[in-house]
Amino acid sequence: MANLKELKTRISSVKSTQKITSAMKMVAASRLKRAQEAAEAARPYAERMERMMASLLDNPGSLEGAGKLLSGTGSDDTHLIVVVTSDRGLCGGFNANISRETRNRLLALTGENKNAKILCIGRKGREQLKTEFKNAIVDTYEGIGKAGVQFEEAQGVAVKIIEMFEAGEFDVCSIIYNKFISAITQEVTLRQIIPVQLADEDDEAETAVETGPSAIYEFEPSEEEILAKLLLSNLNVQVFRALLESSASEHGARMSAMDNATRNAGEMIDDLSITYNRTRQAKITSELIEIISGAEAL
Amino acid sequence: MADEVVNKVAFELVTPTALAISEDVDMVVVPGSEGDFGVLPGHTPILSTVRPGVINMYTDGVITKSLFVEGGFAEANPERCTVLAESATDVSDLSSSDTEARLSAAREAYSSADDEAKEAAEKELRIAEEMVRAAGGNSTLH
Repeated sequence: MANLKELKTRISSVKSTQKITSAMKMVAASRLKRAQEAAEAARPYAERMERMMASLLDNPGSLEGAGKLLSGTGSDDTHLIVVVTSDRGLCGGFNANISRETRNRLLALTGENKNAKILCIGRKGREQLKTEFKNAIVDTYEGIGKAGVQFEEAQGVAVKIIEMFEAGEFDVCSIIYNKFISAITQEVTLRQIIPVQLADEDDEAETAVETGPSAIYEFEPSEEEILAKLLLSNLNVQVFRALLESSASEHGARMSAMDNATRNAGEMIDDLSITYNRTRQAKITSELIEIISGAEAL
Repeated sequence: MADEVVNKVAFELVTPTALAISEDVDMVVVPGSEGDFGVLPGHTPILSTVRPGVINMYTDGVITKSLFVEGGFAEANPERCTVLAESATDVSDLSSSDTEARLSAAREAYSSADDEAKEAAEKELRIAEEMVRAAGGNSTLH
């Protein structure tokens, strides 16, 4: 049986671990609230933009001059996968789930003899993917969303994607991120952003906003020009949205991971305290027996 | 009753981080890239890009609110007018010292920009110039 002093140090070390995990849980909870609010605040913009795209694409003929962002390059040999993870760990399966999905996707693509490139957002994703896919990783962004996700950050990423697209470095671009369902559930989501998929809005209940009567619109400047700009902005919004969802998910995942850790630490402390008390009692009993039997011997 | 609805334009100004304005107004003037256009109730459906400039909201013939936007998109139809802007600032919150500082920074960036960055620098310069103009109008008002 472990001696008393050892048990005591273990109890105090588990206690301080518990303090840390419960503090991290609190921090994650408050960040989660903020991240969730930010995600909700961004929703109207995305909705209105979808509505505008819809009015624009309702117009016959606008699809023809749409350019490559909408219609694709005509091939799908090279894929770019934007992998959104966090910079920091201790958030349960949050990053591992993303890495697994990315890995499956990459293996499927190489199985079809297609090239794949990775753009990492978040340090953890890079760390988990670099051993296997070192050559596929094009670039890594770190420190995004440190003080809440900023639209400019999403724009920066989107600009990089566009630059690569225009340089012909890939044909299809998808983004993999954790979609926020609730504080304890996240769903790994793969969304194609180039060429733009217009039919994939079914998974969003929020797009149920009325698209309005499909009136004949006038365009200023030309239809093509507006569409080109709208598609670029739409890309920004898509990236922004993925980043926001991912950041809310991250804090949710961390919160529940830390909650579990705190609870486990509590159980461990209880177990250890029982052992400690039993050991202490046994020690006293044996001391008493020694004294009594010593007295009897006299 | 129907008249009341028709007499107002449901104006919305949306930025990526918030629904900045959602109000019924008599008229709104939007700086379209091909020229300013006013939206009254019953406006013909139009989609336009927006250049950096000031959006004015009118009720009872007076400007109730002026907002500076850095560009974006505007959609108008008979019932509503929606502007998507990447950022929007109330003109009364613009201070001329800040905007001047931004303008001089933009000028500097523009003159030192290489071919690649020229386009972005030019855009920033235009935004800064418009901002200064908006802030200038503001200071003479008060």
